[in-house]
Amino acid sequence: MEATTAQPAATKAPAPKKAKITERARAERKLAYLLCAPALIAMLIVTGYPIGYAVYLSLQKYDLRFPDEKEFVGLSNYSDVLTSSIWWDDVLTTTIITLASVAIELVLGMAIALIMHRAIFGRGPVRAAILIPYGIVTVVAAFAWRYAFDPSAGFVQGTFLLGDDAAPLTERAGSLVVIILTEVWKTTPFMALLLLAGLSLVPDELHEAAKVDGASTVQRFFRITIPLMKPAILVALLFRTLDAFRVFDSAFILTGGANRTETVSILGYNVLINRVNLGLGSAVSVLIFIAVILIAAFFVKVLGTSTAQQRGEV
Amino acid sequence: MTHTPREKAFWSIAILVVILYALIPVAWITSLSLKSPDQVADGKFFSGFSFENYDQIFSENTFNAALVNSLGIAAIATLISIALASMAAYALARLNFAGKAVILSGALAVAMFPPISIVGSLFDLWRAIGLYDTWPGLILPYMTFTLPLAIYTLSAFFREIPWELEQAAQVDGATPFQAFRKVIVPLAAPGVFTAAILVFIFAWNDFLFANTLTSTTDAQTVPAALAFFSGGSRFTEPIGAISAAAVVVTIPIIIMVLIFQRRIVAGLTAGAVKG
Repeated sequence: MEATTAQPAATKAPAPKKAKITERARAERKLAYLLCAPALIAMLIVTGYPIGYAVYLSLQKYDLRFPDEKEFVGLSNYSDVLTSSIWWDDVLTTTIITLASVAIELVLGMAIALIMHRAIFGRGPVRAAILIPYGIVTVVAAFAWRYAFDPSAGFVQGTFLLGDDAAPLTERAGSLVVIILTEVWKTTPFMALLLLAGLSLVPDELHEAAKVDGASTVQRFFRITIPLMKPAILVALLFRTLDAFRVFDSAFILTGGANRTETVSILGYNVLINRVNLGLGSAVSVLIFIAVILIAAFFVKVLGTSTAQQRGEV
Repeated sequence: MTHTPREKAFWSIAILVVILYALIPVAWITSLSLKSPDQVADGKFFSGFSFENYDQIFSENTFNAALVNSLGIAAIATLISIALASMAAYALARLNFAGKAVILSGALAVAMFPPISIVGSLFDLWRAIGLYDTWPGLILPYMTFTLPLAIYTLSAFFREIPWELEQAAQVDGATPFQAFRKVIVPLAAPGVFTAAILVFIFAWNDFLFANTLTSTTDAQTVPAALAFFSGGSRFTEPIGAISAAAVVVTIPIIIMVLIFQRRIVAGLTAGAVKG
């Protein structure tokens, strides 16, 4: 405090103008901190503190059915989770859902983005239509698809897609397909919008020049559009991969984790909320958190090298 | 520019496919909601109009309460989130200060944060401090998890505002408050509004927190109520009633999305290009 009041006096004689600017800069900084503080504090309290508490709980034996037996058990909850076949089964299931849905979304999303970018008419209706899956409640989307595949009430059965007595939601492969379908249907629009933003950054002149040089549409797409969009694609993939890895709503409504379609989030939910085993469940929570950090770190690294490359080339 | 019939046919089909893709599940659940119990299993997309299911859900306290909870909680979370995010976004867009990176990376970390990792902690903490099964118990996580989206969208919008106009108005004799209210507020309103729509959609959609942090009609929102809706019968799934409830929560979203489609697209892409 003393330093701040003393400084202007000291610098007053040699450079009065400069002191005034620092004063203003200091006031500006103070205002900025005041303005940012509430949001930062809210984020810290509601995510930072609970994740710390989850780490603490994961080191305890803490089952709400026997709250008196709460005690410190070190890493034993982690070894219980990491040595159980259920955890690894669920990791596999989650990985399958994540990879399949993100891959399909990328292709479909790119197609929709190209339609919105290049269509000679009807861009408005397309935009309006794809915002419906984006806006719809995931639980509602999951019910819609569950009832579409319902053996008695559904409409898919008996069409060319499915035999008369097929019941996809009663076996593993079928359930996974329907979960992936629901995820893809609901989130492809988001992917398409992110890719559309990337597409609009590709300058038309490059396409015109390549056209003059005799490049075909397909060549131009793979040689010009894709490389220039790489950062946008990676950002879209990062967000969708993290999102898909946390898949909960659609799987919960479609199967509830039955037929070996339990995802890691559903496992965490079951242990924490249904079995109220907060110690073991928190270990699952923390492991999911670590997995998400690893996925994010991987993408950030790839993204870093790709933008560096691009800067080097240009 | 003229286009060949082949081009026209190609784009017509492409557009039609996208529209069908988006609408089929919505059409299906709407059609189920309008079926009477003996039509539910007919597998048709249209079997007439029966409002039995709607009568049923609106006569149930569970659904009405859930609807009020959903609206109230999402609206309050949106207001608070937008207020906090506007302040931060103004600082990010307009002021020079060290620590911008802290705010931006903090927001990015929260945007990537897996909610399942804290539901156990919140469940335990909320029960200890009396927030379990209350509105604030859901408002707190919703406003927090929507802050990154709101901050990114708003700071992208705020950067586009010609702030010199504020000084210009003051030179013309307006007081600072008048300059803010008559010049800046109208310019910033569309961005704020867009961010509010995106935040509202997020809060309205949430299932995980609603499912773990509530248990009764005191705070249960529609997605959570839907998942555990038994419709009076334990043995047959109330497909018609669930479909009707699903349609009711979808209608406000579809109306918003159709009216504000340009803004929503601008908001989503503004945040993305930046990030």
